[in-house]
Amino acid sequence: MRATRLYRVEAVVLKRIESRGADDIVILYTANQGKLKAVARGARRSESKLGGHVETITHGDMLLSQGHGSGFPIITQARMVDGFLPLREDLWRISSAMCAAEMVDRFAPEGESNFAMFQLLVDTLSWLCKVDDSQIPLLYFQLNLAGLLGYRPQLLNCVCCEGTLQPISIFFSSSAGGVLCPSCCNREIGTCSLSVDALKVLRFFQNNNLPSACRLRISAELRSELQQLLQGYIRYVLEQEVRSLRWMDRLRNESCAAL
Amino acid sequence: MNTSLAFPAPMAQLVEQLNRLPGIGPKSAQRLAFFLLCAPEEQTRFLTETITAVKEKIIFCSICQNITEADPCLLCQSGDRDHTKICVVEEPLDVLALERSRVYDGMYHVLHGVISPADGVGPDDLKIEELLVRIREGGVEEVIVATNPKLEGDAMSMYLQRLLMPFGVKITRLARGLPVGSDLEYTDEVTLSRALEGRQEI
Repeated sequence: MRATRLYRVEAVVLKRIESRGADDIVILYTANQGKLKAVARGARRSESKLGGHVETITHGDMLLSQGHGSGFPIITQARMVDGFLPLREDLWRISSAMCAAEMVDRFAPEGESNFAMFQLLVDTLSWLCKVDDSQIPLLYFQLNLAGLLGYRPQLLNCVCCEGTLQPISIFFSSSAGGVLCPSCCNREIGTCSLSVDALKVLRFFQNNNLPSACRLRISAELRSELQQLLQGYIRYVLEQEVRSLRWMDRLRNESCAAL
Repeated sequence: MNTSLAFPAPMAQLVEQLNRLPGIGPKSAQRLAFFLLCAPEEQTRFLTETITAVKEKIIFCSICQNITEADPCLLCQSGDRDHTKICVVEEPLDVLALERSRVYDGMYHVLHGVISPADGVGPDDLKIEELLVRIREGGVEEVIVATNPKLEGDAMSMYLQRLLMPFGVKITRLARGLPVGSDLEYTDEVTLSRALEGRQEI
């Protein structure tokens, strides 16, 4: 008879789903095994030693136990490494973190390890705690997440003719997967014009780390252009809506209306 | 002709319906269906009548949105309660939990859920507008946000704070800290930091 296997994972909790009794099914994104589901027994009881350590959007070390059956592994021990406390005190930061977690949950296939994606998620959550403008880490995350999954948009030359782009009139096509010159922009459907500044920011995001990206000062107009472009690109490659992005749109609209 | 063994149609339908209940898997559904099949007729009839009565008689209170038999509910009608305080909770079961504590004498408002963007639950799916109507009517001095201390509960409380701020009412949130019978050694850093923030002089 096969013995119960115990193994350690370092993971970020993406989501918790209520299960039987006080149990929760926890969706984890682990450093070495990618996305996996595990059961947190009794996690919703107030006296649970596990509950707080497996809260959504926390980074922790966990010991999982996999029985002989095909069921989910059980979290037997957990220790929080980072609870991203400042995230939980600001609606924008919390919403941006929810977006990042939802995108990883929707994009990442179960059991396929991608350490770079894990690191990108942890870095994004850490920087969301540090910066005043939570939009920049989220924009950086969206562009680089697509890149890590093999959808890195071509931003150097025209994706059709490979010609050098002139800083006058530039277009972006989600279906072509990058930027287009004026003579190629009609070859693809659903192209949108892209400002030179937006292209510069996207190139900077592609080639620099998150701390450098967070030092950028981006105008509200430019930020809005980048949000729309990346939201459209993510929707195209994911072939479904990231619901949390819609929630952020609503928050933005309500903020504008209140002013 | 298919001669494989299958449940008779009414039995299969019962199993299917029971399987739809939360926390009931296919095996549990089969066990429950066989229990009901073998149970005395009086017991099953009483169960059917009870379920029908719940569906027919239970309504939502037009004030607090809690489940009730009469509108407004007993708590909203009561003259002994403090009508200047409203405690906002996620579900009707949270009202029962707070009432068990016997320390709160104010009113309630049940949201029937919590904002969960990834699941497509937004403010329009919750009883938020009904809460704003109550506050617009006046007489409310304090709103106590008693959403669960989870990420979604935190988002909900901050969203409510944003909505309620213009009304000038006092907005408070339930304190968070160490549960009775817990152990510091096993407590997570978020709970510990909140417990330290909310420490009290003894």
